[in-house]
Amino acid sequence: MNAYWELTKSSFRRHSTYRLAAVSGAFTNSVFGLIRASLLLSAISTAGGSIGGYSAVEAATYVWLGQALLTPLGLFGSAEIAERVKSGDIAVDLTRSVNLTASYWAQDLGRAAFDVLPRGLPPLVIGAIVTGLSLPTTAGPYALGFISIIAAMTLNFLGFFIINLLAFWVVEIRGYWMLYLVLMNLLSGFLVPVSWFPQWMLDFARATPFPSMLQTPVDILAGRTDVVESLALVGTQLLWLAVLLTGAHLMVRFGSRKLVVQGG
Amino acid sequence: MIIEAEQLSRNFTVAEAGEGRGWNRLRRRSRTIHAVRDVSFTVERGEAVGYIGANGAGKSTTIKMLTGILVPSSGRVTVCGLQPVPQRQALARKIGVVFGQRSQLWWDLPLQDSFPILGAMHRQPESRWRPRFSELSEQMGLGPFLTSPVRQLSLGQRMRGEVAAALLHRPELVILDEPTIGLDMISKESLRRFLDFERREHGTTLLLTTHDMSDVQRLCQRILVVDDGVIAFDGPLTGLSEVAEARRTMVIDFVAPLDGAGLVLPPGAEHLGAEAEGIRHRIAFDPRLLSAAALLAAVSTSAEVADLSLHEPDIEDLVRQLYTSAR
Repeated sequence: MNAYWELTKSSFRRHSTYRLAAVSGAFTNSVFGLIRASLLLSAISTAGGSIGGYSAVEAATYVWLGQALLTPLGLFGSAEIAERVKSGDIAVDLTRSVNLTASYWAQDLGRAAFDVLPRGLPPLVIGAIVTGLSLPTTAGPYALGFISIIAAMTLNFLGFFIINLLAFWVVEIRGYWMLYLVLMNLLSGFLVPVSWFPQWMLDFARATPFPSMLQTPVDILAGRTDVVESLALVGTQLLWLAVLLTGAHLMVRFGSRKLVVQGG
Repeated sequence: MIIEAEQLSRNFTVAEAGEGRGWNRLRRRSRTIHAVRDVSFTVERGEAVGYIGANGAGKSTTIKMLTGILVPSSGRVTVCGLQPVPQRQALARKIGVVFGQRSQLWWDLPLQDSFPILGAMHRQPESRWRPRFSELSEQMGLGPFLTSPVRQLSLGQRMRGEVAAALLHRPELVILDEPTIGLDMISKESLRRFLDFERREHGTTLLLTTHDMSDVQRLCQRILVVDDGVIAFDGPLTGLSEVAEARRTMVIDFVAPLDGAGLVLPPGAEHLGAEAEGIRHRIAFDPRLLSAAALLAAVSTSAEVADLSLHEPDIEDLVRQLYTSAR
């Protein structure tokens, strides 16, 4: 356990060395937040005050929470592991006496922990000033929201981890990567809330882990769900966690047996 | 016995583009390469073994099978009493591995920050790894660059860090794949001195692959020569007397052109030929009979020397020689 904690701490420190990148990232997140919020707000005012149960301030809250969580939850992913398989550096990871999945998760957790303040806070502050936010006034949603964030961050990690692990079997993962990004952006509720989807698409989205990766923590934190609904959503997240973890475990197991370490 | 390999083999299937033109080029053919063929050897505790061979001879493939990151096609291997592939994580706590061309340090952290992580990975309390770290740091002179990020270290500095990282948990066996590649003479020598000290002091078993014969001569009592996937020679370093027979070559540039026949050569030296209209001459000599200094002194009596360079026998030649002498 101690080794994973050390990895988390070191990853936090590694990311904290790139402060300029964090500042420019926060700026980008906020600008895109402004664009997305203005688009949604003009759509809502054209529709006559609300769309799919979202009032103007609720839609703005959805946008700003999404922008704030985007980076900490790891929705951009990283192709580091695929690159290490390609270069053969994965050999070094495999000769360490730690579990591959857990060691990369621990590092991603450190990254997420660092990203919370510089990447998460600015969009919320700007949102509060520009459009106002509608946030719950009780502690419950924040407590469950925290658990949901950890679960969503882990799901995002596992999703990209699985795509990365495809590198054990195929030389180039770019195609799978793009397909995954398109599906995830749409079905996670990043572009528009999942509840705005037509019924058939909503059914499809709910059959995938994607809504658990962003929509769930956003809804819980915004106080859109009551306690029972929130618990059910977190339960769904944990279910998908078990599924993806099993998938990742099997892929590491069979992939590393199949692996041909490239280069000398 | 710390390493036991029995009839170890590994094949690779390589896809090749089809020959010819048009559609034929799309038809791919696969070819099987036997990277390691029926290799059997054992290594005893405390031994220092040099595993040498030309590029593509199968050295790295063997190392990968020993460390559990490559599944053998057939055969059996035991390292520290464990089976490398299924027991890879347990094995990692008993061995240290240095891949000369890869890094196990955290690239964007100060060098010293890698060690607490490695200590924890090996499940050692700080009271155990910290004194060892101080010892390694002192012996390898890491002090001046401990606070520099690994990405800013010179190759020689990083290599010292890599070796310290591999030895932090006091492994029983250290496997080094080309540890001195790309290092300058001074860095090479300090690394060799340290590894030799480590083996004498702690009884650590060393297995190293290298292209540099000086590594072997300084560190190993025994060599395994692998050629085309099979072991061509397994024996003590004294068996390297054949290697000593391999001649060095001195290339001399004279101030004025000179006819090769006009050179006065001492016994043990042979004129190989002249280039650049008689300015440059190549002379082979047997280092057991003749020192480079003596040869130069003898040659200088015939004409004025402008420049010279010395060429060591390359490992391909040595392997060929060992191979023929072993038969």
